Amino acid sequence: MLDNKNTDKNTLTMNFGPQHPAAHGVLRMVLELDGEIVERVDPHIGLLHRGTEKLMESRTYLQNLPYLDRLDYVAPMNQEHAWCIALETLCDIKISKRSSDIRVLYCEIGRVLNHLLNITTQGMDVGALTPIFWGFEEREKLMEFYERASGARLHAAFFRPGGVHQDLPTNLLEDIFDWAESFPEKLDDLEGLLTENRIFKQRNVDIGVVSKEEAIELGFSGVMLRGSGVPWDLRRSQPYETYSEYKFSIPIGKNGDCYDRYLIRIQEMRESINIIKQAIRKLEHTAGDDVLVRGKFTPPKRDDMKNSMEALIHHFKLYTEGFRVPKGSIYSCVEAPKGEFGVFICSDGTNQPYRVKLRAPGFVHLSAMERITKGHQLADVSAILGSLDIVFGEIDR
Amino acid sequence: MVDTTSLQINLSDTLRESVLSIKEEHSHIIFDIQPNAIIDMVTYLKSKKGFSFTTLIDITAIDFPARDKRFQLVYHFLSMTENKRCKIVTAVSDEETVNSVTSVFECANWFEREIFDLFGIKFSAHPDLRRILTDYGFEGHPLRKDFPTTGFLEVRYDEAEKRVIYEPTSLTQGYRDFDFLSPWDNPSLYKNTIKNSKN
Repeated sequence: MLDNKNTDKNTLTMNFGPQHPAAHGVLRMVLELDGEIVERVDPHIGLLHRGTEKLMESRTYLQNLPYLDRLDYVAPMNQEHAWCIALETLCDIKISKRSSDIRVLYCEIGRVLNHLLNITTQGMDVGALTPIFWGFEEREKLMEFYERASGARLHAAFFRPGGVHQDLPTNLLEDIFDWAESFPEKLDDLEGLLTENRIFKQRNVDIGVVSKEEAIELGFSGVMLRGSGVPWDLRRSQPYETYSEYKFSIPIGKNGDCYDRYLIRIQEMRESINIIKQAIRKLEHTAGDDVLVRGKFTPPKRDDMKNSMEALIHHFKLYTEGFRVPKGSIYSCVEAPKGEFGVFICSDGTNQPYRVKLRAPGFVHLSAMERITKGHQLADVSAILGSLDIVFGEIDR
Repeated sequence: MVDTTSLQINLSDTLRESVLSIKEEHSHIIFDIQPNAIIDMVTYLKSKKGFSFTTLIDITAIDFPARDKRFQLVYHFLSMTENKRCKIVTAVSDEETVNSVTSVFECANWFEREIFDLFGIKFSAHPDLRRILTDYGFEGHPLRKDFPTTGFLEVRYDEAEKRVIYEPTSLTQGYRDFDFLSPWDNPSLYKNTIKNSKN
């Protein structure tokens, strides 16, 4: 749809999306173009708005957990994590070391899942078709690991307040370790396609430059912030779970352009592999430990339910009435692959939250779209959009 | 080191008047302030050396229909240099307009649009206060407690008219709001029941 709105200035208004393959879902952007140069960008979001926050107000805390999977459906468990941490802090619950390490393991798998999707689709946005096929083969393997742990490839609902739903099945850790051994080679192949690729570099280097000051001013987090040279990672600066026990480095960009953000994502995947291997080694020491804090917060063991009436009642009450959370409000956040994902819960002391606010990193990044894109060519819009790493599940909520 | 006492000491006189309370909870410093002081407060927190809450993390609102000042606005900030988080809360009534903080933090733009859309709180001096998440031409503010979860309108594609049409929501099964809250383990509920039975 094109129309000449302002004839004397000769700008052209153009609709980008909502059915454009580079719009990463359902984004409609109204672009104002002067020739090939973008003068104004107005993203229209909300086409995937499901009213998650409203729905959460009429469900129990446990029933709300799967909604978190459906936010950033590219790395579901990282979102659940923020929800669980928020509840555990509010109720003052300390989870076992084993469940904490399992969480770290799956959060890093989520990070690889996310970055694989982002890098390969970014490649596709600028014309490279092969990476997505190679990348998705690896994602498939990772989703199998999700499935073996939780029974679901995508919407896992595996992290629970008080730990994780179940212990990992036998041989899963060995298989993840084998995968982690073989993955760097696959990553090299992917890099071979993109990193020094002339076209990929022409489309990404010096495109969408965000300075250090701008990145902070615009409220960026995650890769968008580190790409501009700000050394900030919540896993390091405000450690949660057992992250403080892990050795890993945090890649930082120099130029703050799309290419730097690509490089950081590649590097972060290599670091994630590192963390995954460490987590597996740690988990070997804690084999057999309980992965849930048993109490009112979590279901009783299956064996107990067969023998104890109280346990059976407990199970029934937990899944109908749910647990009560003390009055108060809390903001908890995790370093999700896309940036700082936060959960704000306002509790009125009942079994349902009074108000929940989900702070999605993509929402903030997309709001800066006009600022970053202004003055670029039309073709750069899709490159920039790709490097912002947006998923509409979390932006529209 | 940023803590509640250092903040209290360093507040200017004019700001101190508008700050109702300062406390620390769950590793957040919480300021309860008057709504008209919001710009001064965020400018102060952002620029004052030693605090530098330079990142606006989030702005949100909570609806308490029973209160005089119905809405509570919540601003979350992060200081990367001090590695500290803080939160500003302020109560606003239905008709009140709040000063937009977009002049201090650019990224407040969409947050405030979202609050305007979902709660109907108006921000003055906001560059572009339009709805953001809801449909074009949507009426009402969904996150207010008096807005039903099922909404008022539903859409479907009409084969005869060859377009998407809006109709009043019709539910084949009524919306069920289960109340599982047990009176046994909840003294306040239990007391209410006694009072009710006496009446």
